Amino acid sequence: MTELICIVCPNGCHLNVDEENGYAVTGNKCPRGVDYGKKELTAPTRTITSTVRINGKTARRVPCKTSADFPKGKIFEVMAELDKVDAVAPIKVGDVIIENVCGLGVDIVAAKDID
Amino acid sequence: MLYDVIVVGGGPAGLAAALEAKKNGAESILIIERDAELGGILNQCIHNGFGLHTFKEELTGPEYADKYIKMLPGTGIEVMLNTMVLEITPDKTVWCMNKEQGYMNIAAKAIVLGMGCRERTRGAIAVPGDRPAGVFSAGAAQRYVNIEGYMVGKKVLILGSGDIGLIMARRMSLEGAEVLACVELCPYSNGLNRNIVQCLHDYNIPLYLSHTITDIKGKDRVESVTIMKVNDDTKQPIPGTEIVFDVDTVLLSVGLIPENELSRGVGLDMDPRTSGPVVYENMETSIEGIFASGNVLHVHDLVDFVSAESAKAGAAAAEYVKNGEADGTGTIAVKAGPGANAIIPQKIRPANVDKSVEIAFRPMAVTQNSVIKIMSGDKVISQFKRAHMVPAEMEKVVLAKAFFDKIENNEVTITVEA
Repeated sequence: MTELICIVCPNGCHLNVDEENGYAVTGNKCPRGVDYGKKELTAPTRTITSTVRINGKTARRVPCKTSADFPKGKIFEVMAELDKVDAVAPIKVGDVIIENVCGLGVDIVAAKDID
Repeated sequence: MLYDVIVVGGGPAGLAAALEAKKNGAESILIIERDAELGGILNQCIHNGFGLHTFKEELTGPEYADKYIKMLPGTGIEVMLNTMVLEITPDKTVWCMNKEQGYMNIAAKAIVLGMGCRERTRGAIAVPGDRPAGVFSAGAAQRYVNIEGYMVGKKVLILGSGDIGLIMARRMSLEGAEVLACVELCPYSNGLNRNIVQCLHDYNIPLYLSHTITDIKGKDRVESVTIMKVNDDTKQPIPGTEIVFDVDTVLLSVGLIPENELSRGVGLDMDPRTSGPVVYENMETSIEGIFASGNVLHVHDLVDFVSAESAKAGAAAAEYVKNGEADGTGTIAVKAGPGANAIIPQKIRPANVDKSVEIAFRPMAVTQNSVIKIMSGDKVISQFKRAHMVPAEMEKVVLAKAFFDKIENNEVTITVEA
């Protein structure tokens, strides 16, 4: 049995995950806690948010995020890719800045409109 | 021009208040914002976790702001950017200025205050030591990194384990800095549990509970920081527990203070426990037609709650414009009893309550399996069980109107029993 704090949302549920019982999760307030508990002990993933350079009228950086979660061990490889790109203004929320970053099957997308 | 509603501040509080005032029948609405864009502090909060309550999805700060900003076109809500409000008078005139129009006064039938909060500084908590460059409030560092695009340091120590401090610990790590320690005076963290996990544990950043900074050394730039363990009762450093960190940067995440210069100026009754104005059930302050919501009223944990509270204030402002002041007969005072602090609202007008009133407060201590009681005299009006409570997380309880007739002497007290 492993105790975890669910990071899916700000509720921060105190989970108990039973590894010997098919990673059965208790203590969760919603179904996402079940997925998180199992994944965190088998193949943990994270999303990241950061910024990339942009030539906006007033903005120098555009906030961005990964479109989905990806293996936790790859965080710094993804961060290194962000340093290499220049986003182009104007850009809209949800526009793809890097497609399939590091071959992980997730995109880097803009999180703000920049003129 | 006489506006129905003027909203001071274009952050999450002001945006939600303005939109809801419009929905509830206010005709002319003006948002006055001092920054060059709407969205307030959300613009620099590029991390995610926003919007789970309001939009049922996890958004970053700029995305959350964007959702509200994009609701504005077509509503007729006017926005004045780069404009600083200097004074509000009790007759609901707003004195403000900007580069184009200069100094001006604008009158309104109702005003919603949504100025947000500011960070507590090094001076406010009297951190000893030299005064070199490299000591930032966590929010200032966040703005440098996320908006201006400047790194603030390479080897970092963070004082305070509030959410902004934890978020910045991760942010600095992601951008290549080494975060050597997060130091917390209390024996527990003041941030959300999920942030301890995903901001500290994920990046192997040690959390020193019951510790504080006792010295900062450095001539031009921070060179080293000494921390010491503190006695949990007296908060005094314990000799012999010194740990020295060679760092070039200190980030302070030591609390937020509602920004209420305008509120004090106009003469609103203030609550020393929340550091914000005293409000009624509909977020109306002690001056009729002036409402307050969001972090200017009390510091919230989640922007979703700011939006919900501000929607209430906006709707109430529209209602005031249409029908005037609510009936104050039999106003109930809501007091903090043992274990509870920072109550909102402090006053309830029964005639202005439909079915129930939501009461927010902060527990005073970390508790397991405790009971929140709404008391009147010796009688328990209503009670609620909670498995976990921490001071860092606001609690909410609902007082049903059906129970109002049990209340004695127009006073209820919120208590927490272990």
